[in-house]
Amino acid sequence: MKAADTDAPAPAAQAGGPATGRGRLGPPPWLALFFLLPALLFLGIYVVYPILFSVYRSLWDAPGTEFVGLDNYARMFTRADTFIALRNNVIWIAVAPAVVTVAGLIFAVLTERIRWATAFKIVVFMPMAISFLASGVIFRLVYEQDPERGLANAVITTVQDTVAPTGAYPDANPREGVPLEETAGGGYRLTEPVAPGDAVAIPLVGVSAEEVPGDAENAAPPQQEQGAVTGTVWVDFTRGGGGREGTIDPTEKGLPALRVEAVRDGEAVATATTGADGAFTLTGLEGGDYTLRLAASNFSEPYNGLTWLGPTLITPSIIAAYLWVWAGFAMVLIAAGLSAIPREALEAARVDGATEWQVFRRVTVPLLSPVLMVVFVTLMIYVLKIFDLVFVIAPGSVRADANVLALEMWQVSFGINDQGLGSALAVFLLLLVVPAMIFQIRRFRREES
Amino acid sequence: MPEHMWRARGALAVTAAGALVAATACSPGSTQAGGSGDLAGVELLVAAKWTGVEQENFTEVLAGFEEETGATVTYESTGEDTGAYLGPKIEAGEPPDVAILPQPGLVAEYAAQDALVPLSGDAAAALEENYTDYWRELGSVDGEPYGVLVKAAHKSIVWYRPDAFQQAGVNPPETWDDLTGTTAATLSDAGITPFSMCGASGWTLTDWFENVYLSQAGPEKYDQLVAHEIPWTDDSVVQTLETLAEVWGEGDWMAGGTQGAVQTDFPTCVSKVYGQEQAAMVYEADFVAASAQEAGATVGETAKAFPFPAVGEQPPVVVGGDIAVAMTETEGVQRLMAYLASPEAQTTWAGLGGYLSANSQVQADAYPDEFTQTLAQTILEAGDDVRYDLSDQVPSQFGATEGKGMWAVLQDFLRDPSDPEAAAEKLEQAASNAE
Repeated sequence: MKAADTDAPAPAAQAGGPATGRGRLGPPPWLALFFLLPALLFLGIYVVYPILFSVYRSLWDAPGTEFVGLDNYARMFTRADTFIALRNNVIWIAVAPAVVTVAGLIFAVLTERIRWATAFKIVVFMPMAISFLASGVIFRLVYEQDPERGLANAVITTVQDTVAPTGAYPDANPREGVPLEETAGGGYRLTEPVAPGDAVAIPLVGVSAEEVPGDAENAAPPQQEQGAVTGTVWVDFTRGGGGREGTIDPTEKGLPALRVEAVRDGEAVATATTGADGAFTLTGLEGGDYTLRLAASNFSEPYNGLTWLGPTLITPSIIAAYLWVWAGFAMVLIAAGLSAIPREALEAARVDGATEWQVFRRVTVPLLSPVLMVVFVTLMIYVLKIFDLVFVIAPGSVRADANVLALEMWQVSFGINDQGLGSALAVFLLLLVVPAMIFQIRRFRREES
Repeated sequence: MPEHMWRARGALAVTAAGALVAATACSPGSTQAGGSGDLAGVELLVAAKWTGVEQENFTEVLAGFEEETGATVTYESTGEDTGAYLGPKIEAGEPPDVAILPQPGLVAEYAAQDALVPLSGDAAAALEENYTDYWRELGSVDGEPYGVLVKAAHKSIVWYRPDAFQQAGVNPPETWDDLTGTTAATLSDAGITPFSMCGASGWTLTDWFENVYLSQAGPEKYDQLVAHEIPWTDDSVVQTLETLAEVWGEGDWMAGGTQGAVQTDFPTCVSKVYGQEQAAMVYEADFVAASAQEAGATVGETAKAFPFPAVGEQPPVVVGGDIAVAMTETEGVQRLMAYLASPEAQTTWAGLGGYLSANSQVQADAYPDEFTQTLAQTILEAGDDVRYDLSDQVPSQFGATEGKGMWAVLQDFLRDPSDPEAAAEKLEQAASNAE
């Protein structure tokens, strides 16, 4: 991968630094050169040459037979795909390094104070030992839509189900042509009013064999009753076919435990629950018309959780996975910096009456800032080159929405076999990483001197 | 490309039975190869993506050639991405003598690079004799014949679970209207989700499109669309998208609803039908058999397939497949190409299982089981109306790239099928960009 080459100029520049300018006191220049030769050769072959070749290749067309000048760069900046990838890279760079650094700082500061610090650190650092590919596979499963498979949705739906339980017949709906209409909450009501003494038959379909409770009995036609509204709610579908629509056929089951309400002026004045054969009786009704309603609670759909891998949430989801992988790295570096902070400074602040927050904010963080900066900039470089997690976690249908530059480069180079455009993308990515590299190198130099 | 990967795996399990035949037949015959014959001492290298049982079957077919001519043929597997394997070899000037390409697009690409040797002599004659015009043209570039479609995949069948159909009291539909109006609607009334979609694998959606389009708009329009002689904004495309929306627009008809449909990838959607029994039907090619078996179903009993229903007048027959090309002028290469195009070689291959031929001279009874026989029969019967997978014929940037072109547009359309015109517009844009 060409993107991996981009972090290499650092050692190259370092190696070049101390070698020059010490002329007289040191060994003769030819000897220095001799000792440096293996390193220079290695870097030349594996870093300098690939970079130069990428630049050169980006000036040629897809098969590499025709010189096209800067055409690939023009093409790159007129493609919508590049901009989506660039936009996602911007989101990544704005969010991921900051979030990971802050998480690392919090973990590092907190672990200083707990007894099981080492155990905790090992657990947080563990994901670093897992390959990105494997981490991606893990999170692909975590984010699975089906709560039976995806951990994230399993957690959410468990919480949600305790708050709002699922109805007994979520998929049931009226047989077509039946005078039933859907109410605002998801229940159903008869379009015609009913009065005491009426008997109604309400056919529903879309109830699978497993959803009908085992104790359900064959439905019976509703019997009229004086002073009450009676009726039968049943599954109007004969297993194996052959049933007549809207008629209670011999083997069709009633729907037990369904809440039926008689409504007048928007208020339920009587409620009943259907029996094993789907029959119900609404009693205690005065004369006049009522609306018959099947309560919405019967049909409330199971909550399916969030669409983690959908077009809107995909990038935040992958960033969360990235946090899981890299938080340990940030924590370990910051914890090392933390242990190097002079204790006297903290003690002095405390003696002067600073609160713990003030100590953290005014003393710890400023003293840690060099380490924080190193972590932050390192993460920035890594984040720009993000590839594997996006590649593995994003399903094909949202690949376009989750795309990042490194992935785009790979896809263009080896998917659609346009290595000219691919090299142009690689060069672009290199240019984006260079400022962060220069900054990092400058820091190292300053610290050395 | 994942499609080819699964196609490969598909055949792998279908040949479970064929493997036994291969294993027993393999050992004695092949040792004496390289003895007599007019090509004795000639060494040829053939590269294809097949591994495992598929590779064994193919080498079995090659052994026939060795016996006949005395040449030694070595097989090399290219791995999943044939293009990535061949590219550097061509550049280095060391291509295999014969390569088997998974897409006609590659034939044109390599021909343009002068990396292919046109068929001549026996090979050209064999192609002429055994294949219909359509297949000949598929392997030709500018009228020059280069490729032979040696192995086909049948993409116009819908897989279903017979017990679900029984429970709902429905039969396999003959027409699209039956499928949506009766079969799917009745299944849904019975509380059984009709379809399991493989929306995360974009190529399955292009296959849906191709079948409906071929049946609705007819083979001529299909060819024009492949060549991009008519734009993707053509009425026929919009009409096909509208037809697709009759199924894709019904969230209740798809396992997991619309969201689930878009996120389920290829083998998972098959296990939703045959493993978890969450749906009654799944559409994909003959290679579904392998995944169905993995999910615990028995092909022919608990996993059956019906022909893709007719949307227009004729039911569609869409075929995918692998194309053999000659890459060097070594002595015997053209002989080998002629052999691969011959009904004898392909009949041997058919008998080993996990194989379908597009050769008109290969008889249906060459296949070991009834299911494959029926598939082969439909290809032969459709004759000149058979069409090759559209998405594999257009530039791969448009037709075969994850998250781009046709795959991405159709995935968006599955997510929200309310505006067919806008989708057609996006397809046209992507198609123009890829040229």
